Amino acid sequence: MTTPVCTRNQIDPRGPRFGATITSLVLIAAIVVISTPVGVVLVAWQTVVFGLGAFVGLHAQPYGALYRALVQPRLPRPTHLEDAAGPRFAQGVGFLMLALALVSVLIGLTVVATVLLAFALAAAFLNAAFGFCLGCEMRIIGLRVLSR
Amino acid sequence: MIGVLVVVVVIAASVVVGLVMRHRNGRARPTTIVGSPIAEHLRGRLGSNATMVQFSSAFCQPCRATRRILEEVTVMVPGVSHVEIDAEENLDLVRALDVKRTPTVLFLGPAGDVQERASGQPRKVDVIAALGRVMGSSGDVTI
Repeated sequence: MTTPVCTRNQIDPRGPRFGATITSLVLIAAIVVISTPVGVVLVAWQTVVFGLGAFVGLHAQPYGALYRALVQPRLPRPTHLEDAAGPRFAQGVGFLMLALALVSVLIGLTVVATVLLAFALAAAFLNAAFGFCLGCEMRIIGLRVLSR
Repeated sequence: MIGVLVVVVVIAASVVVGLVMRHRNGRARPTTIVGSPIAEHLRGRLGSNATMVQFSSAFCQPCRATRRILEEVTVMVPGVSHVEIDAEENLDLVRALDVKRTPTVLFLGPAGDVQERASGQPRKVDVIAALGRVMGSSGDVTI
């Protein structure tokens, strides 16, 4: 069996899970210290991270770059690749939630920010720990509702 | 301190949800369908012993894995066919059959009646168990 080659459109599926793990840690820290300047910085940072992944591409996503530089070389070649479109869509959803959280915390709505961060953490954690893609799960229901 | 509490609650709830979903993924359970909304799509493609109808969507890696597993089972078990339907291009079917996620696999008996459904990627043993129940009504089948 030939080992697959990662391209712009086909990626190592372990990369996004690694990214989701880092994201979970960042979000946990952000929630705990949300009322401090460090919390704001963490939210702003994660917003930028998601923004790069969503609008520039997964290759520009800092956690993905970290994975390729530090982790991937130490692992065996992936047995199969996954389409980049799913994880990229997830980055877009994450960007939306984090951007809203950032605005909320900047105008003093700490509770709203915490709720948004909590949902983002749930999605990131489910992806990191169980490999579940929450956006994918909602896709069919979303299509059913939107095309009514 | 509230932040720590929120994190603990979110992680605990996510672990529960994750474990439940992982347990339920791929396990077939009995289902009843009113009428026969997929009869048109299945004309000529029914298996003599059973049919597995898989709903898939784009960018769904578990769908690809499920397809591989179901194809392997059709080779193992005689008289079983595998039909794949694109959920996004068949939203009317998706609604009629109450498909909520992909992959969803419907297990049809020898008469083409929908007997069981499973959502999420199954293990091969889950598929074979479901086929065993669905084909049981047609008498002796040796796998």
